[in-house]
Amino acid sequence: MSSLPSSSPDFSSTPEGVPARSPLHAPAPHESGLRHTSGEAIYVDDMPEPRGLLTGHLVTSPHAHARLLRVDATKARALPGVVAVLVAGDIPGHNQVGPVIQDEPLMAEGEVHFVGQTVALVLAEGASIARRAAALVEVEYEPLPALLSVKAAVEAGAFLSEPHVIRRGAPEDALAAAPVRLSGECMTGAQDHFYLETQVTLAVPGEDGSVHLWCSTQHPTEVQTLVAEVLGTGRHQVVVEVPRMGGGFGGKETQAAPFACLAALGARVTGRPVKVWLNRDEDMARTGKRHPFLGRYDAGFDETGRLLALKVELVSDGGWSTDLSRAILDRALFHLDNAYFVPALEFTGRVARTNLPSNTAFRGFGGPQGMFVMEEVLNHAAERLGLDPASVRERNYYRDTPNDLTPYGQAVVGNRLPRLHAELMASSDYARRRAEIEAFNASSRWTKRGIGFQPVKFGISFTTGFLNQAGALVSVFTDGSVQLNHGGTEMGQGLHTKMRAVCAHELGVLPERVRVMHTATDKVPNTSATAASSGSDLNGQAVKQACEVIRERLRPVAARLLKLESPGDMAAIAFSGGQVFHAARPLRTVRFAEVVHAAYLDRVSLSATGYYATPDITYDRSTGRGKPFHYYAFCAAVVELEVSGLTGEHRVRRVDVLQDVGTSLVPSIDRGQVEGGFIQGLGWLTSEEVLFDAKGRLVTHSPDTYKIPAVGDAPEDFRVHLLEHAPQDNTIHGSKAVGEPPFMLALGAVTALRQAIAAFGPPRTPVSLASPATPEAILRAVAAARAAS
Amino acid sequence: MERLRFFLNDRPIEETGIAPTTTLLRYLRDRVHLTGTKEGCAEGDCGACSVAVLEQDGQGAPTLRAVNACLLLLPMVQGKRVYTVEALREGGKYHVVQETLARTLGSQCGYCTPGIAMSMLEACHRRDLDEPWKLDAQMCGNLCRCTGYRPIREAAREVAGLRPGDRFARALAETQPEPMALAYEAGAQRFFTPDSLEALWVVLDEHPTARFVVGGTDLSLEVTKRYAEPPLLVSLEAVPELRVLEPRGGGHRLGATVRLTDVEDYARAVSPPLERMLRYFGSRQIKNRATVGGNLCTASPIGDLAPVLLALGAEVVLRSRAGERRLPLEDFFVGYRRTALAAGEVLAFVDVPAQPEGARSLAYKVSKRREADISSVSAGFRAVVDGEGKVAEARLAYGGMAATPARARRTEAALVGQPWTEASVEQALPRLREDFQPLSDHRGSAWYRAQLAENLLRGFFHETLSTPMPRLAERHSATVQVR
Repeated sequence: MSSLPSSSPDFSSTPEGVPARSPLHAPAPHESGLRHTSGEAIYVDDMPEPRGLLTGHLVTSPHAHARLLRVDATKARALPGVVAVLVAGDIPGHNQVGPVIQDEPLMAEGEVHFVGQTVALVLAEGASIARRAAALVEVEYEPLPALLSVKAAVEAGAFLSEPHVIRRGAPEDALAAAPVRLSGECMTGAQDHFYLETQVTLAVPGEDGSVHLWCSTQHPTEVQTLVAEVLGTGRHQVVVEVPRMGGGFGGKETQAAPFACLAALGARVTGRPVKVWLNRDEDMARTGKRHPFLGRYDAGFDETGRLLALKVELVSDGGWSTDLSRAILDRALFHLDNAYFVPALEFTGRVARTNLPSNTAFRGFGGPQGMFVMEEVLNHAAERLGLDPASVRERNYYRDTPNDLTPYGQAVVGNRLPRLHAELMASSDYARRRAEIEAFNASSRWTKRGIGFQPVKFGISFTTGFLNQAGALVSVFTDGSVQLNHGGTEMGQGLHTKMRAVCAHELGVLPERVRVMHTATDKVPNTSATAASSGSDLNGQAVKQACEVIRERLRPVAARLLKLESPGDMAAIAFSGGQVFHAARPLRTVRFAEVVHAAYLDRVSLSATGYYATPDITYDRSTGRGKPFHYYAFCAAVVELEVSGLTGEHRVRRVDVLQDVGTSLVPSIDRGQVEGGFIQGLGWLTSEEVLFDAKGRLVTHSPDTYKIPAVGDAPEDFRVHLLEHAPQDNTIHGSKAVGEPPFMLALGAVTALRQAIAAFGPPRTPVSLASPATPEAILRAVAAARAAS
Repeated sequence: MERLRFFLNDRPIEETGIAPTTTLLRYLRDRVHLTGTKEGCAEGDCGACSVAVLEQDGQGAPTLRAVNACLLLLPMVQGKRVYTVEALREGGKYHVVQETLARTLGSQCGYCTPGIAMSMLEACHRRDLDEPWKLDAQMCGNLCRCTGYRPIREAAREVAGLRPGDRFARALAETQPEPMALAYEAGAQRFFTPDSLEALWVVLDEHPTARFVVGGTDLSLEVTKRYAEPPLLVSLEAVPELRVLEPRGGGHRLGATVRLTDVEDYARAVSPPLERMLRYFGSRQIKNRATVGGNLCTASPIGDLAPVLLALGAEVVLRSRAGERRLPLEDFFVGYRRTALAAGEVLAFVDVPAQPEGARSLAYKVSKRREADISSVSAGFRAVVDGEGKVAEARLAYGGMAATPARARRTEAALVGQPWTEASVEQALPRLREDFQPLSDHRGSAWYRAQLAENLLRGFFHETLSTPMPRLAERHSATVQVR
């Protein structure tokens, strides 16, 4: 019979005699945790080098916009150790890698559109020769005028999209009638993903023009698709495999593909394996970032702080090509409302085209930028009206019908905002602390404190409907061990840990018996990106379904082994803790491995695929109406911090978070997402400043000049709780998405900063604080507040 | 030709023919295929490449220190014991650092994690991590983009000071220092590590314009970022005469090649201004390699030690075969990134004199991020207040305000003879606009720098009003501690 390792626990001999242990809904370490801490976890650049490996090195444009007159690689090709130098004309297929719109050549033709655009690809024996060869490639440019900011692009009429308008009621009339009218303009900054592992692909040529890629990407299917198009071959000739990523955050959703295509192209042309790896400076300079957004608002309130009408115009900086900019703008518009019911509104958005790297997906996907504007409006109102900003927010929450309709017409079903508000206000002791802070500020001359309450509502689903599907492949071996393949990629978020838990739960085996395999397009085809916080929702259902198929096939075999006679017994067979038994007679068990082995001898298939598509998702862009989201995730935070009026520095003193993740699949993983997301949001809002010079060159291209939060920037006191007793309907085991929503909780820091800054001025001082709120930005705001007295 | 010799995970290594500007990181990943150590930035800012090196601390005791492998040129580990993350797991058993970090979910994507494990290994073997802020100071050189740090803090707190009986404890107890002296050559490049002043003079007789290096935290960037291949480097790391750290005439002598970690430990008991500057100077890994001499000799306008040493009235001692000369630190900086060092001369010591009766002094550093960042403005101040409450002397030194670290002479003059009051400070502050015309760049606009220059002096006045040498708070909201 089958042989299990002797260390495998034998549940039939436990005192209770009841083998019932599921890894679901229980805290667990990260599936790769010990491999991470031991350095044994393998990333693409750690793989043993295949024989004959070449380095692929890019020659890139030094101009933000220029005509490409001549590329001469004669001298570079003459350098010993150089195998090939390729330009656009050497591409056998299609010179296009735009993920949605075909406006992104893999290598420049005719013109270059940003500093860092690929002009040529050098393939050489090792990095040092490749680098020297790249310097020998002669490129002649004729510089052209460049657009380097949103405002410049708007003035020049340079856009990548038509306006998207969402409108309800008669906002003009409502504004005119509003007792309190506020207007303003705000700008949010870019943000570099700063995944610790930079972009990398290893491409190995195979037989018949096939190629196998190991790639750090959130979207292996798209890489496969684009590689096939660039090579002019069928997709069946391309396999893309993702071992794991050293961080993604959206930065490897579309933007891993160009570098992967270059590696594949190099492998095809030379017939040798090729690695394209960007060092930190190259990665930061050549890849897109979170979109900067310009927001203009016109808002009407009543005296109690109730929002009556709102007009907002958003313009995002798309960079040089479309990439995902339109979908990101859509999500910004869908999240302008955040948690608040707006009776009359007009939200308009458009993507501007600049001569900068093409901005792309980044955790929140436009949501943070949209919400920033709304929170700015509410803070502005609270300051004008002299109200507690938390109560202004509470006053405007979505409530019961008819105040439950979003601007695009989807009802906010399962609204947990009032509950979150009440529970977090109490657990964080908000009212007492706000009073204490006011007393502190009155007696402290140079240092002031602030506290901010931040609710978040976030729509879950890809807003591009067809992406809401997923697949899985589960293979059970005759020793009872399991290989799990699913379409999602692991970038640190703990997806594999959750999927392993779902799989182990469904098959009733110990999670240690389930190995989550590399994500690969030859195991689970035609997948969507691991993005939009949807990884667990979509893939979890697919994994569950595949396991159910196998479980059903095993039932008759188990019934025979357990000597169960009546057909009714079949449904009562339970799979748990590596044992199979009749639920009403748990003392009599047979090991899962025995059942599997018997099934094999019976010639029963032990592998199955699973598939899931989210139901009921629609959106009509032309009318601005629909149900783009399967459900909403909710969360709230209270942020307390302290500001130095001498230097503009601040420190976060305490953060309380209450997060609605439904019934958490793995609570320890969800907590990590909440904490990490919050700090990343804090970085976007306070310390991470992306700066380009007057020629469009990135100034902040390494951690020397680009400052993501360090350990000391994390709050001294960080209290994260998951909302209890909050299962969600129609999701995988009652859970909810968690990847993106907590990012936006950091907006509470801006509210807190504004309170502290205002305290340097007289009562009801209006605050004007730039984003990111660097020490300099804060000190400028403090100086302005002081000047108001 | 001599060989490179060192120990890697307790195995003896001998190499020849490798360029001396090969970094330890590239050696580990490309030559010996130890891929646990990651490259995150190749400039010592992210810590993903952290490894541990066993060496002597300021008192000559063996110690285990985390350093950035991306900034260590291979000859710099001559004779040393280097440990990578692969050394942590012994006999199939995970190290307590690894278990703890995994249990607390201190890793998500895992790419920064090996480096974090190595910083935690240092924490594990330290005896002085008794306050939360010290743990942050230990870990601030490791950037993590996923976790938000809470679990990393928790893991660090659990393992700090555990000092388990691991291979590192054994090595600390048993290892005798091996010679670091080296005369190495590969291709067109040479690297010398003389192990005495006399041996140094011999090298300099032949190569009077040789470039010196000690920790390499600045110079290595030329290699990793600009792919420079300097033909000749002379390391001063093994010259014992330059590594003194001791009280001297009521003040202190800081040897040029003393590591900043050791200076920080030393300063904690004797000099609050120096301690505060070193708290914010850089990450632990950087301070474990960077030196007093290196920081001063780069003569960067934003070198953080200069302002505080200027304020404390430090003098530099320059040595050559011909003998010794002594200069006030002010006279050492002769222009943008230029010093008074002559050919064949080295910076040997910095002498910080005894502080006068009635002296109040402190140091400040403001940067975009508090930890592991380069100053927008830094400052060191000393005001000597006489028995009548009047300012007898003022030394106000700034970094980031001019082409060199410099004193605000006009502002100083406006204070001397005045009572040490807020009114006097306020009437002197406008003079700062005459002393400095700062530049605008990505670390701060001219407006911000000018504002900081004023505000730091204001902060200094208020902070030292009641306590001339305030004890530093464990944690505070900003680098100026004034309510």
